[in-house]
Amino acid sequence: MIKLEHVKKIYRIGGEEVKALDDVSLEIKEKEFVGILGTSGSGKSTLMHMLGLLDIPSSGKLIIGDQDISQLSDNAISEIRSRYIGFVFQQFNLINQLTVLENVLLPTLYSKKELDYNPREKAIDILKKFGIFDRKDFLPNKISGGQQQRVAIARALIMDPEIILADEPTGNLDSKTGNEILKLLSDLNRDLGVTVIIVTHDKDVVKKTKRQIYIKDGKIVNKYS
Amino acid sequence: MNKTYLLALLKSSLEDFKRSKARTILTSLGILIGVLSVVLLIALGLGLKNYITKEFENLGTNVLYIIPGKFSGASGASSFGSISFDERDYLSLQRISLAKHVVPSYQKSVTVENGQKSETATLNATTADTFDVRNIKAVYGVVFDKADEQKGAKRVVIGPKIAQKLFSSEAAAVGQSIRIEKQKFTVIGVTNSIGGGFGGPDVDSFIYIPYKGALALNPNKKFMAISVQAKNTQDIPALKLEIAKVLNRRYKSDDYSVLEQTEILATINSIFSIMNTVLVAIGSISLLVGGIGIMNIMYASVTERTKEIGIRRAIGATRGDIMFQFITESLILSVLGGLAGLILSALIVFAVQPFFPAALNALAVIVAIGVSSIIGVFFGVFPARKAANLSPIEAIRYE
Repeated sequence: MIKLEHVKKIYRIGGEEVKALDDVSLEIKEKEFVGILGTSGSGKSTLMHMLGLLDIPSSGKLIIGDQDISQLSDNAISEIRSRYIGFVFQQFNLINQLTVLENVLLPTLYSKKELDYNPREKAIDILKKFGIFDRKDFLPNKISGGQQQRVAIARALIMDPEIILADEPTGNLDSKTGNEILKLLSDLNRDLGVTVIIVTHDKDVVKKTKRQIYIKDGKIVNKYS
Repeated sequence: MNKTYLLALLKSSLEDFKRSKARTILTSLGILIGVLSVVLLIALGLGLKNYITKEFENLGTNVLYIIPGKFSGASGASSFGSISFDERDYLSLQRISLAKHVVPSYQKSVTVENGQKSETATLNATTADTFDVRNIKAVYGVVFDKADEQKGAKRVVIGPKIAQKLFSSEAAAVGQSIRIEKQKFTVIGVTNSIGGGFGGPDVDSFIYIPYKGALALNPNKKFMAISVQAKNTQDIPALKLEIAKVLNRRYKSDDYSVLEQTEILATINSIFSIMNTVLVAIGSISLLVGGIGIMNIMYASVTERTKEIGIRRAIGATRGDIMFQFITESLILSVLGGLAGLILSALIVFAVQPFFPAALNALAVIVAIGVSSIIGVFFGVFPARKAANLSPIEAIRYE
């Protein structure tokens, strides 16, 4: 469903070339539950940005579905992002001026395609399922970290994405809450068949996933050391 | 683009304004002041123009004005004071058969007294026909007639303002005596209110007096202007030629001017349109400054909300969506300022109307709303483009 072929990403920092990704090829299939493990500076963030279509390769191919991203306009990429990918971040990244419910509904506002469901009803359903329905009119900074992360996952789910891309989803949570969030992501993968990709530096987190990918110095390695 | 989307945008803008109230108010204030100055200047120019136009329309229909000096049409250049007219001119002009009425006028600012009360008025030494030509009626008492005029009767007709200032009521003035520069006169009538008072002659403070009765006040027996009313509109060109024939026996044709109402109005209009353009141009500078203020704030807002922009991009907002959001905010900010400016100008115009003939028109409203919208969009585009072109990754990492 999403494929990287010999992808390189090179940044220039102060005239020096930094290879954030160096000839990375990998494929993630539908309904997979994948953990990408790497230390900071390993290139895992860049890899996540690639998978989330937030960044484009310097060379090599990035294919989602059967579309080569390099052939698409920024608007088309935004639309794919809107329809196929839901993001979950370490910092939750909710918009503080909007209520919980409005945050969950935000992606539907930007949808260029007519939705075949009532977004509000769906948002309420998800919030109920996640046990945070009673917080729907709260502003994000008035609820706990675990609750915020649930809101973020609800927001990622509202567009019925194919992929949920979680960047250190437990990084700002205590281990108990973190485990609850991981359980939630794993349930989504199992029950809804959503592809879940978790990018982390935490070995314990990655153990919970079904398939592990290790990244070091911008390259995919077989074994994490 | 649907209703939910627009409502959400609107809400997001209002939330942002709420978050930075002082900043929003100050920024809108820039546009408010700009719109206020432009609208007030338009209102002022328009009011003056309306007033003066009305003044001239009050002077009667089919009337030609003979004034000293050369008045050269639309450019408005004129040299007054070279000659002045006298009774001989008046009498010879009266012989023109196309003329219905000939009204000479000597005007002078005088002090009028009734006992201890005194007031400044404009003395208008003239003939009885003036009331007919200018459509002036006595509300109380009567106006003076031909007999008074011939006798040089010391009888005067006063404007309502003078009556109110010097007597307990307008009605009470009739039959009383007043002193004009120590000379005693009897008030026989009070005229209807014609209004005005700013810029042009204050007709309601006039004192009409038979010219022969005012010789002591007009020692040189001169007239400043003579009005000639034509019997018919179509006679005006012929009447002009007749007048010239009469006057050229005594004066050079460059020494006086014969003006039609339309010429005077055209001159006034051209002067006011130039004045208005200049005033609006000056007012526009403050609008420009207000626009720059908006741009400045929008840039600050884009920087502050970089992370939010990144989040919105990550969840599917296109560059266009982000651009649209910021232009909407800038537009709202500017139009709010514009509307507030318009409301404030309307209040000011309303408040000064008793003293000053300011007037609002559709142009002012269009300028206020139109220009502030254009400014909002124009000065919003650059910050909005900056927001739209932010890299989503860098924006989302921004703290």
